[in-house]
Amino acid sequence: MLQIGLAHYLTVAAILFTLGIFGIFLNRRNVIIILMSIELILLAVNINFVAFSSFLGDLVGQIFALLVLTVAASEAAIGLAILVVYFRNRGSIAVEDINLMKG
Amino acid sequence: MDVGTLLQAICFYAFAGVAVASGVMVVSARNPVHSVLFLILAFFNAAGLFVLLGADFLAMILVIVYVGAVAVLFLFVVMMLDINFVQLRHGFMQYLPVGALVGLVLLVELVLVFGAWTLSPEIGSAAAAPMPEPAQVTNTAALGLLLYTHYIYAFQAAGLILLVAMIGAIVLTLRSREGVRRQKISQQVTRRREASVEIVKVRPRQGV
Repeated sequence: MLQIGLAHYLTVAAILFTLGIFGIFLNRRNVIIILMSIELILLAVNINFVAFSSFLGDLVGQIFALLVLTVAASEAAIGLAILVVYFRNRGSIAVEDINLMKG
Repeated sequence: MDVGTLLQAICFYAFAGVAVASGVMVVSARNPVHSVLFLILAFFNAAGLFVLLGADFLAMILVIVYVGAVAVLFLFVVMMLDINFVQLRHGFMQYLPVGALVGLVLLVELVLVFGAWTLSPEIGSAAAAPMPEPAQVTNTAALGLLLYTHYIYAFQAAGLILLVAMIGAIVLTLRSREGVRRQKISQQVTRRREASVEIVKVRPRQGV
């Protein structure tokens, strides 16, 4: 219990990942919280990468965590930009109204 | 049980506990500004976990990039948009059962995976890039050595992704509003002398 191993870190990452998924379902109307939940999910993935990298003695995991970080940052920037444009056009950010392209 | 192990365990449980608790608050906070602040707290604690794991550089990157840039971007957007958040929370209780169900199923699956999994004994020799001794080279230097040699294409692709994201965000949010006076450099440069300067002969005691 006191000897912190790989499983401890993986458990934390799993809980954070689940929380992210849960947040997406819970806040179906609020895009901002959904974007934050995606950030939580990516953070959990990063914890997994770094934990495996550290416990297996392989540096590549940290490289990939770095790349995941990059993609997460650009995803947040683009997502928030779309959000701002959408709010400018509609005056609301309710996700349920975003079905104009349904055909 | 020596002191180092105990200290590491205490640090781990503190960081992990606060990270998970703030994760819960992110998805359940009533006010999105509080959500963003708890997200920042979660990132700080994840950075602490990274330091415990020996990934110093990633921990600092997490603090600088996430807390310094992404979370502040979220904060800006949340505060800038004039949104009725009470109305957005209407379906909160309605979605709770299905969300809880999906989350529970996922968590059970992950726990089952962790319970049944073991590391192969020869995995230690299968490392693509074995971690150097910490005494010889720091984590940052080792990462740099690897990133700028073997993973240079991935690194360049990451840079391209960031460039595309930057251009995309600018293109999406830039708008030309009516009635705003801004400097038009091309017009200033192409102005001719004849169109802008008028020479008036002023006679004495008559004025213009």
